[in-house]
Amino acid sequence: MWEYTEKVKDHFLNPRNVGEIEDPDGVGEVGSLACGDALRLTFKLDENKRIKDVKFKTFGCASAIASSSALTEIIKGMTLEEAEKVTNQDIANYLGGLPEEKMHCSVMGREALELAIANYRGQKVAKEDFEVICKCFGVTDREIAKAVRENDLKTVEQVTYYTKAGGGCAKCHPKIEAIIEKVRKEMEKEAPPVKPEKKRLTNIQKIKLIEETLGREIIPALKADGGDLDLIDIEGSKVFVALRGKCSFCPSSGVTLKQYVEAKLREFVSDDIVVEEVRP
Amino acid sequence: MKTVYVDNNATTKVAPEVVEAMMPYFSELYGNPSSMHFFGGQVQRKVNEAREQVADFLGADPSEIVFTSCGTESDNAAIFGTLDSYPEKRHFITTRVEHPAVGNVCTYLTRKGYRVTELSVDREGRLDLDELKESITEDTALVSIMYANNETGVIFPIEEIGQMVKAEGIPFHTDAVQAAGKIPLNMKNSTVDMLSISGHKLHAPKGIGVLYIRKGTRFSPFIIGGHQEKGRRGGTENVPYIIGLGKACELAKKNLNEERTRVRALRDYLEKEILERIPNTLLNGDRNNRLPNTLNVSFEYVEGESILLLLSDLGICASSGSACTSGSLEPSHVLRAMGVPFTAAHGSIRFSLSIYNTKEEMDYIIEHLPPIIQKLRDISPFWKDYLKSQKKG
Repeated sequence: MWEYTEKVKDHFLNPRNVGEIEDPDGVGEVGSLACGDALRLTFKLDENKRIKDVKFKTFGCASAIASSSALTEIIKGMTLEEAEKVTNQDIANYLGGLPEEKMHCSVMGREALELAIANYRGQKVAKEDFEVICKCFGVTDREIAKAVRENDLKTVEQVTYYTKAGGGCAKCHPKIEAIIEKVRKEMEKEAPPVKPEKKRLTNIQKIKLIEETLGREIIPALKADGGDLDLIDIEGSKVFVALRGKCSFCPSSGVTLKQYVEAKLREFVSDDIVVEEVRP
Repeated sequence: MKTVYVDNNATTKVAPEVVEAMMPYFSELYGNPSSMHFFGGQVQRKVNEAREQVADFLGADPSEIVFTSCGTESDNAAIFGTLDSYPEKRHFITTRVEHPAVGNVCTYLTRKGYRVTELSVDREGRLDLDELKESITEDTALVSIMYANNETGVIFPIEEIGQMVKAEGIPFHTDAVQAAGKIPLNMKNSTVDMLSISGHKLHAPKGIGVLYIRKGTRFSPFIIGGHQEKGRRGGTENVPYIIGLGKACELAKKNLNEERTRVRALRDYLEKEILERIPNTLLNGDRNNRLPNTLNVSFEYVEGESILLLLSDLGICASSGSACTSGSLEPSHVLRAMGVPFTAAHGSIRFSLSIYNTKEEMDYIIEHLPPIIQKLRDISPFWKDYLKSQKKG
């Protein structure tokens, strides 16, 4: 059985924004019955050119349905310029992660979005302009290169997980390897400077940074799910918090604390942060 | 939440009688059957008794029963043990719908330079015996064809096949893992030389299997070690599980009639109601030649994993031949070999029953399945397209 996060299960059991918009501004369709999954995305813009309404119809497994549902929630209210920047990783993150073998579900969401935006702009994203590398699943060199670049993929197996390419007869594996090599060489050339080491913080700086990170990165996401969090105390690298709202009785709150709150604080503040819950 | 377990082709509940029979052989009567002392001797007598129970169930002689660790080992032992006995022959015949325990051995053999013929099946999963006849050559070392298919339940005409194979003097193995306990097996007047069964498919625990080897069949041991199993399978006997399997075979013989009557009736009821209540549903397999406990249906325009997880949410345990459930990207090799169209292959669900299932459980499934399929069809882009095309047509 796949290990799906609670969020994936929630978006699968209670998918948001199911349907098709009549007279949409943009339509994007990817996949097919033969491939085993397919997504039709339709959206409508408001007078400020923001996505006012977005709906999906998906044929596929639980993670395909959850990814589609998550995508619609993410892009609602965005301008197309903002929506364009949404990556498959954003979709996976929104869901608290996907099994690696299922990452292609998030890629399918991103592709449908791209097509829908192109459709609105009257552009054509023609598959004919690119070489179909994987004939079993109809995946082009462009799609493979994009997945490798955006997800930092290193092996053919990973490319299969993310794009399905190479998951059938396996005849295209040498070609996929060649694309990985080419893209990774390009990536090395244009590699961004290595992240500077996090500098040592004074206690005051640390407390401030923790507060900022909670306010900017963590609390808004919890609120989106009807939860909240209060900072109670900080002792060295130990951060004491209390969960509020829906979080306080959510059975997966322990996971939220460790995998989300702690991970974010480690990312933005310091690698040795430990989060502990204070129960009322 | 109650659990409705209808995935008995995957594994079965260990019968309480089996558990009871096994229990003394863990901490009390734990002797090694090979030992010279009384403490081992009494265990050896029980192992012999279990061997007789298995032999009785299969219509075989106890000396023809070799205990293994699982069905996969039995299949591997039969294939490698025979090929090793006929080193000059380099051709192996099987089918496209075998379990991976045989199917993936074929991939290995091909790599090792063997010529492998995989017989095709028709839309209902049936073999073409003319194709088999044409495939047999002087170079053929072994024919291995499953008794009944794990996904569709389709039963192959094993004796008819055996006659053709034996007429050419070629050894014949069958993987009867799914057939055992569901349809009668009798090796007495059979053309089968070797037959695999697996304990956990017939209410014994996981981790025990049997390879039946007919007297006079050439065979080289696959696992080389001590003198156990008359030198045909090294390794200290898994005593408690062997005793458990003996008991399970005794029960299976007794329950065979119930499998063929009550369980079949439950399956037929479930099948009829599902096909009637849910439109665009197709039966996979040969309706007239199936295991009595197996039902494989495809729901068009929806995907199997989604169905399974919604069923699972209600406590119903089934399985699917869809791509997503296997971790591979392609739907079941069995359904593909049968040419089941893609509109249906991804939405296939297998219900496999046992004597422990009840009519109430079937009613529970029948009540909850239609809304699940409808919910997923409402999400699927193809369902509306299909309905539109129907209106136009």
